[in-house]
Amino acid sequence: MIYLQLFLSYLKIGFFGFGGGYAMLSLIQNEMVTRHGWMTATELADIVAVSQMTPGPIAINCATYVGYTVTGNIWGSLLTTLAVSLPPLTLMVLITVFYTRLKNNRYMQGAMKWMKPMICGMIGAAALLFVNGATFIDWKSYAIFLVCFLATWFKVDSILMICLSAVAGILLYV
Amino acid sequence: MKTLLQLFWAFFKIGAFTFGSGYAMIPMIEKEVVDKRKWFDKDDFYDQFALASSAPGPFALNTAVFVGYKLKGWWGSLFAVLGAVIPSFVIILIIAIYLTEFRDNRYVGAAFKGIRPAVIALIAVPFINMLKRLPWYFMVLGCAVAAVICYLGVSPIWFIIAGAAIGLILTYRSKP
Repeated sequence: MIYLQLFLSYLKIGFFGFGGGYAMLSLIQNEMVTRHGWMTATELADIVAVSQMTPGPIAINCATYVGYTVTGNIWGSLLTTLAVSLPPLTLMVLITVFYTRLKNNRYMQGAMKWMKPMICGMIGAAALLFVNGATFIDWKSYAIFLVCFLATWFKVDSILMICLSAVAGILLYV
Repeated sequence: MKTLLQLFWAFFKIGAFTFGSGYAMIPMIEKEVVDKRKWFDKDDFYDQFALASSAPGPFALNTAVFVGYKLKGWWGSLFAVLGAVIPSFVIILIIAIYLTEFRDNRYVGAAFKGIRPAVIALIAVPFINMLKRLPWYFMVLGCAVAAVICYLGVSPIWFIIAGAAIGLILTYRSKP
């Protein structure tokens, strides 16, 4: 029952998705690529690129796209998008209700302090998993990586960099 | 009902016209919610946002929830979230349907060969930026966590649980 598995996987991704889109990416990789083998790391990298270039939050874009890719139809997309929207609609509602009590809560701050290096590691893992023979095919890919890294480091817009690297890809590889 | 529709529309625009991560959307959300509609004052908005960013799930949706809740309770949250989700959902679905067909195209294939290394760079930069702001022992921990998740295939969930648990225990044992 792939729909149920997909829904449960995405529910996990949503409820443990601390630290935003890129950190969630490592959870998505772990569930979709490592654990279930529903897609390859390269396919996921392409999805991330498309999610970045289209409007809306990356996490939502990515969920919708992954749902479609895994099941091949709209229902998969609906399920994953619903699953990733559930933590905000439940947990975040509770947090809002108890806002005044949680605002300067030392336990919450203590937990967040130690979750930060974990979240950081998750983002690092997301980048590392894409480093493989399918991404770095020859010296030209290393050159594209280097240019994009420097450009992003100096705060050049990321959508622009994806568009330029697409053009570079067409010029270098067709 | 009018407020619910306004909430839906405000977040619909945010979902349809902003790109990138949730953080990138904050200026746009602030403009709509604080400056234009006066639903929040600025300090209040940023206080609540700080809390929203420490909750799991997409930032943009967590923000939609607290803004919606303040105005119209749970229904407000629901309408704001729907507004934020629907544009992305529709746009990306159309792209997914067509791109799956065009993936074997020579030019599309070549474009993706160029894009893939770029994606790694886009994730590596925020990783290093975040790492830089941590104390040295957390830097080491962060790198170790990255390697274990990537090369041993351990689920990141365990690290989130461990981090929260260590943080809670240390807070419990330290004097307030």
